[in-house]
Amino acid sequence: MVPPSRVMSRSILRSVAVPLTAVVLGLLIGAVLIVSQDASPLTAYSSLLKGGLGDGDALLRTLQKATPLIFGGLAVAFAFKAGLFNIGGQGQLLVGAVFAAAVGFGVDGLPMFIHLPAALIAGALAGAIWGGIAGALKATTGAHEVIVTIMLNFVAGNLTDWLSANPWKDNSGSNIVARTPLVEDSATIPTLGVVPVGFLLAVVVAAGCWLVLERTTYGFEVRSIGHNRNAAHYAGIKVGWIMASTMAVAGMLAALGGAVESLGVDGRFEAGVNVGLGFEGITIALLARANALGVIPAALLIGLMEAGASRMQFKAGVAPELIDVIQALILFFVAAPMIVRWLLRMRQGDSDQLQLGAGWGNS
Amino acid sequence: MTDLLLAARNVTKQFPGVLANDDVSVELKPGRVLALLGENGAGKSTLVNILFGMYRPDGGQIIIKDEVVDLHGPDDAISRGIGMVHQHFQLVPPMRVVENIVLGAEPTKRGLVDLDEARRRVVELSKRYGLDVDPDALVENLSVGMQQRVEILKALYRNADVLILDEPTGVLTPQEADHLLTVLRGLTETGVGIVFITHKLREVLAVADDIVVLREGRVVGATTPDQATESRLAEMMVGRSVVLRVEKATAQPGDVVLQVDDLKVNDDRGQLAVDGVSLEVRAGEIVGVAGVEGNGQRELVEAITGLRHVAAGAMAIAGKPSTNNSTRQIAGNGVGHIPEDREKHGIIAAYSVAENSVLNRYHRKPFSSRGIMRREVIYEHAQSVVEEFDVRTPSVAVAVSSLSGGNKQKLIVGREFSENIKLLVAAQPTRGIDIGAIEFIHRRIVEQRDKGAAVLLVSAELDEILGLADRVAVLYDGKLMGVLDANVANRERVGLLMAGITD
Amino acid sequence: MGQLMKLRHRQMVWIGVALILVLVWSFYSADGPKTTAVLAGTVRAATLLALGAMCGMIGERSGIVNIGIEGQFLMSAFFAFTVTSITGSLAMGAIAGVATGLTMGWLLAAMAVGLKVDQIIAGTVLNIGALGLTSFFYDRSRSLGVSKYTNVDVGSLADLPLVGTVFFSRPPLTYLTMALLVIVHIALFRSVWGMRTRAIGEHPGAAATVGIDVVRLRYFNVTLAGGFAGLGGSYLALEAVGTFSRAMSGGRGFLALAVMIFGRRTPFGAYAAALFFGFTTALQNHFQLNSTFDIPPQFVGMLPFVVTIIVVALSGLMGSMRDPAALGQTYEKG
Repeated sequence: MVPPSRVMSRSILRSVAVPLTAVVLGLLIGAVLIVSQDASPLTAYSSLLKGGLGDGDALLRTLQKATPLIFGGLAVAFAFKAGLFNIGGQGQLLVGAVFAAAVGFGVDGLPMFIHLPAALIAGALAGAIWGGIAGALKATTGAHEVIVTIMLNFVAGNLTDWLSANPWKDNSGSNIVARTPLVEDSATIPTLGVVPVGFLLAVVVAAGCWLVLERTTYGFEVRSIGHNRNAAHYAGIKVGWIMASTMAVAGMLAALGGAVESLGVDGRFEAGVNVGLGFEGITIALLARANALGVIPAALLIGLMEAGASRMQFKAGVAPELIDVIQALILFFVAAPMIVRWLLRMRQGDSDQLQLGAGWGNS
Repeated sequence: MTDLLLAARNVTKQFPGVLANDDVSVELKPGRVLALLGENGAGKSTLVNILFGMYRPDGGQIIIKDEVVDLHGPDDAISRGIGMVHQHFQLVPPMRVVENIVLGAEPTKRGLVDLDEARRRVVELSKRYGLDVDPDALVENLSVGMQQRVEILKALYRNADVLILDEPTGVLTPQEADHLLTVLRGLTETGVGIVFITHKLREVLAVADDIVVLREGRVVGATTPDQATESRLAEMMVGRSVVLRVEKATAQPGDVVLQVDDLKVNDDRGQLAVDGVSLEVRAGEIVGVAGVEGNGQRELVEAITGLRHVAAGAMAIAGKPSTNNSTRQIAGNGVGHIPEDREKHGIIAAYSVAENSVLNRYHRKPFSSRGIMRREVIYEHAQSVVEEFDVRTPSVAVAVSSLSGGNKQKLIVGREFSENIKLLVAAQPTRGIDIGAIEFIHRRIVEQRDKGAAVLLVSAELDEILGLADRVAVLYDGKLMGVLDANVANRERVGLLMAGITD
Repeated sequence: MGQLMKLRHRQMVWIGVALILVLVWSFYSADGPKTTAVLAGTVRAATLLALGAMCGMIGERSGIVNIGIEGQFLMSAFFAFTVTSITGSLAMGAIAGVATGLTMGWLLAAMAVGLKVDQIIAGTVLNIGALGLTSFFYDRSRSLGVSKYTNVDVGSLADLPLVGTVFFSRPPLTYLTMALLVIVHIALFRSVWGMRTRAIGEHPGAAATVGIDVVRLRYFNVTLAGGFAGLGGSYLALEAVGTFSRAMSGGRGFLALAVMIFGRRTPFGAYAAALFFGFTTALQNHFQLNSTFDIPPQFVGMLPFVVTIIVVALSGLMGSMRDPAALGQTYEKG
């Protein structure tokens, strides 16, 4: 019999090849676009790199940018494992951000080791509810989670706009912008050198997700539903319950991303900032092949690009929206792996002979 | 006057890993019925799909009306007069009969579909060939026999000279099957040629003019009903003397394990599928439930195993009431279940052999404790199941989708048998698997019976029931038509009950 | 039983229509100009949604889900705006918008049908790609250059009170949309194309066995459907708003999906649903400008989205608004 370890390493190599090539292709086409704007791809990409890795500040920015991407990617990936599409990362992130900020500024006199976790938990709960609504509706009425989560995104956008412009508005000084007051110091996430603690939290949470999915019975049930809902039901798994809870967990994950933004980066919640962050989670999750640990390098890559974007604009005169375009291209190539496979001369049938069971070590 | 209506000459077709057709030659003359006989996987469907233009042959020729042709697709074959009635109907359920019949060849008036003209033609055809249908009925509301008529009319509407029928009587009652054979006879009298695919020996002898037997992609015999007998045909089909009865000792039935009282269960459409069934299965006996598929067997099994809600009546397993218990409760009460649709309910294709081996018990000790799965224990268990039940796999870490159907089924059987079970519910346990695996599973089922388990065997294969069961029950239209002891159960008596005729 | 339900459903629709007419009449009597303004705004908002819904339904009836309508709106609006700005011609801009929609439709078909990408992901690619590309190439300094499409009166019908202004004094693309409703209805339910389209959405295998090329028809339909979204983008840039701004589709591509489901994937049903959603939008605008009642505009803004959730949840419970059976499934030949 073939030892599982050999099957495993073959498979890991194969899983990285496609996303890596997708990134390279995205960058190549991005280079073409840069040229179309009369700029030099070399200057652009080198300043992009420097802007993200060049010094301590750059590194800090990269890690800060990567943090909500990790959470966003997890939010999509976790739901994917159950066969659900969570497109609601944006809304979940917003409610997480605003509720964390509310606890952050609304309460004072608490020591940090109580205040900070409380604020984070508040945000996480808000997200769990936001995601849970979609999950519960799917489980009870069969309403498709794609439509419901997209709608909830817009509801969250409106809701958080109103909250930060009315009851939770920052009325200090002459402020007219829709935003909350600054959070207390006791609720601010610290930074250790160049490493924001929020990033560390994200890595820990990602590892936690992996463990839950691969080693617990709950994770087994989630993945079972994702692979074959009928067989899962037949095996006695409570499908509706798992679907609803999975969406709640996913919502909680995205919301933590928002909470960390409010408490660690912005210091408050401001309407109109953080737009589009949730959607990037989809690209991250697909780049990572819906693998909880794979989300980390994927997020670092995209985070690096976003951190370096302003330097790229400054030095090479290229609009930072290029990063959005490159992301879309990467998404396209990852989603349509046939093109990449053809380029790499990988045959579909390669994996047929010895397909590693999804559960043992392929993660 | 055409000599050869349809023929295959030295046709070969290769699929990845399997030579489906190996130098196959068959001939169909006008007004004759050609029966293609063979087991699952013998190559009958492949051959017929080639004749219908679905596949291109890798070697050999196809001849239609004395002409060598190169078919580009089904529409090419259809335009040459070849009509096909598939085993799984190709009808659009929410559309009407008339729409289904003319789809793809719609009569038009001023650029829009002319339904009146279509209706007129359909009524005319149905009268001519004795295939009565309501043109405006929705296909999804029709019985299976009616749907088949629509399929046949579809072919006739396109002026088919050849009608290919793939396992047409599988889902019909004996009455409907007889009616079909009469209709086919009538068609041949108008010069239409018929190709009839089946694995049912009696039908072949009843209706065919020419018989061709396929095995493992090759023609192993060509004969006529005069020259052939059932056992000779069976031998050609399988390749050796087939033991039609499984070796077993007489049953020693003990206490009642499964008690079903006046059970009423609804189907997916909310209509009564199980209509007041009362049944007992004792420890140490095999009760076989025979009947044409679609008479409530599936709903009965699902109700017993907790997959379907019971509308009325009661069930008890080993004395404990189990009506509407969850699947997990029932399984935990010592019930093993081999599901009818193994891909849908029995295994999770993407999971490994090891994970599938604990699909029913992963949440219990020793396979997990306090919510954490214990890989080493699961791995060991999988190894022992694989060895004991002869599951051919390179590793238990491999995805179960890479196993053959027979090995998947053996894994499922091994999984269900590995705890001591009081009741085994086996639904279509040997569907779609090779002979070796079939024999293996039959032996293990008898073994369970001898260890004292009660066995409820549901199968559409009458031979399997007659071979294994100690008592034979027959379901017709949701009702239990009768329960016969094995020594008085023969094809004729059971067949009559299956058709709803009680003595 | 089914017949009985159908009868009651019909009656309820007529009662509903009657109620609405009564309400409209009373509001009009109370304050004519305001009511007219709101209803005109309703039709204005409904046009975009109806076009999006028609895009979605042609695809879905063929079995393909399209959640990329939002991206199609955005990209088409961008091209319509840019081409008009360069050429000075509204017509050229409108055509450019439609062409963009067709191209993106083709791209969706290539991904979903050709490359067998999951349809939701394919739609997401369209959305993310459109947002990125339009933001990247957006030139803030550019303006339309010409005035947007203006109202065209339909003879003396335009003089009728209320209905005259609302329905018969509209810019050209609005009329085009109304005409398309009729054309699509006839095509979908009476033509050969329509019958085959519905067949491949319910049971592509059956269609294939009667010689219909499922792959080709799906490519054709999804591309064609994109043209409707493209027209929507042209409408947005050249008739409704008169300029382009970042992410200007504002979620309406997704609302169009709700309109499609609500309208049971038929053109007239979709228009009725579009009018309803358009009404909430018009109302929100009205309150923002007039603050007659003290409802925060954000809550009115939420309304269409909340209603969509309720509708989708209820339709799941009622089960009467069935999806085409093969919707979302990848089609494997043979």
